[in-house]
Amino acid sequence: MQDRLARAALTATALVSAAGILLIALAVTVEGWPALPHLFGAVWSPEEGRFGVLPLLAGSVLVTLGSLAGAVPLGIGMGLFLSEVAPPQVADLVRPLLRGMAAVPSVVFGFLGLTLVVPWIRAWFGGPGLSLLAGCIVLAVMVLPTMASVAEDAFRAVDPSLREGAYALGASPGQVAWRLLLPAARGGLAAAVVLALGRALGETMAVLMVTGNAAALPRSPLDPVRTLTGNIALEMAYATGRHRQALFASGALLLLLNLAVNQLARRAAGRGGGGR
Amino acid sequence: MRPLLGALALAVSATMIGLVALLVVQGAGNLTWEFLFTMPSRAGREGGILPALLSTLWLAAGAMALALPLGLGTALWLVEYAPPGRFVGAVRTLTEALAGVPSILFGLFGFALFVVRLGWGPSLLAGSATLALMLLPTIIRTSEEAVAAVPRSLREGAAALGATRWDAIRLVVLPQAAPGILTGAMLALGRAVGETAAVLLTAGTDLSIPRSPLDSGRSMAVHLYLLAGEGLSDGRAHATALALVAGVLLLNGLANWLMRRGRKA
Repeated sequence: MQDRLARAALTATALVSAAGILLIALAVTVEGWPALPHLFGAVWSPEEGRFGVLPLLAGSVLVTLGSLAGAVPLGIGMGLFLSEVAPPQVADLVRPLLRGMAAVPSVVFGFLGLTLVVPWIRAWFGGPGLSLLAGCIVLAVMVLPTMASVAEDAFRAVDPSLREGAYALGASPGQVAWRLLLPAARGGLAAAVVLALGRALGETMAVLMVTGNAAALPRSPLDPVRTLTGNIALEMAYATGRHRQALFASGALLLLLNLAVNQLARRAAGRGGGGR
Repeated sequence: MRPLLGALALAVSATMIGLVALLVVQGAGNLTWEFLFTMPSRAGREGGILPALLSTLWLAAGAMALALPLGLGTALWLVEYAPPGRFVGAVRTLTEALAGVPSILFGLFGFALFVVRLGWGPSLLAGSATLALMLLPTIIRTSEEAVAAVPRSLREGAAALGATRWDAIRLVVLPQAAPGILTGAMLALGRAVGETAAVLLTAGTDLSIPRSPLDSGRSMAVHLYLLAGEGLSDGRAHATALALVAGVLLLNGLANWLMRRGRKA
């Protein structure tokens, strides 16, 4: 009797957990549906009733790609260092550092970006400093730990006998890394990149605090940008009517992008070639 | 290649240590007991962060109280009860998909359902419920690992002694898996304390001592965002950031310590 009750209760919790993502999808779709046709446009200006998400989408994509341009090579380098080069004692010091960094709340990264990166850009390049470039730098530092640890796993998953064979043939560590490890771990590395991409695309606070948030297409890396996520955080508090619907609809767009990216990550990880 | 990678690792490590050191240097002067436990005045320009500290604790505790039973229950179902087949696959896929969803979307969902539809308004309750959903995937994954790591033979032994499956879970599996479950809970708690976007949309920004779950409350993370964004008080922003980071790293350190102890045992 008690056993049956427990089974029923646990099944119920599982159903609630599984319903979570469906409820989120339902909420943004239902609340945003009426505004969906209004999203296709190049101007986001709620005061004029124009809700084109193009500048926001461009902001999100540019910040994400810019941050990956920094985080991917650095992360792969860190992964190589941890799995191939570092003595175990050193790796055991660096790894907790990365883990700790990954745990720091994004609002703190935003704050550090605001007090360090933004003034630095202002001093070196002029302008307000709040810019696409600042967003890319802050985000790159933020996703680097994830990138590094997944890349390390990918390199560690490469069959050790391949490595030993290459060294036995007289290959240098550089040759082993470049000609053997990178191609052999490409599945896992691709998964790492897509994972970092997903995180960067979804990040809100850190980016919002340093990018200046002008909803316009940037002409240079020093121009301000506004992302899809930042836009929701900035405007939700006072949005009503069609404006609020448009924000929910932009959330639905974000969810679609996110699910597509995660699907890609799963495929990349499953494709083998060093994946799990 | 070795020196190049070594230099890279050194640079990255130095940057990370440097950032934390900077926070400590600039925040430690202002981070006193008095700062933590007094009321703010002039919108946070002066005084302490007592209401933000309390709101943060309530939000995190509320989220945990909701997410732990749900997540642990789901994990137990997945490992102990779920009949193999497509249904389990679906539940697993759906909960894993939840893990990658950006926090602002949790905020939108919480806003639509808890704040508006259920009429709770921007409140600690709405914030906790939203956070709970966000923490679920972490708790499910870590609990599932902990529960699955309990040796089959213990369950079989319990069954041989006449225990029902639920008795075996309650008396044998859960005590064995407790350190692992607790580790996951600590990690999740760290995320709850630091989360900003989802809380901003659902718990509001009211900077007074919360008196009921339906009161709005400004968490420390949201407080930091507002202080920094409005350029209100640099010293107080640094102290708040330091307190936040210290809290989160403490929780993560505790989680790591628990995990290592669990492995040794």
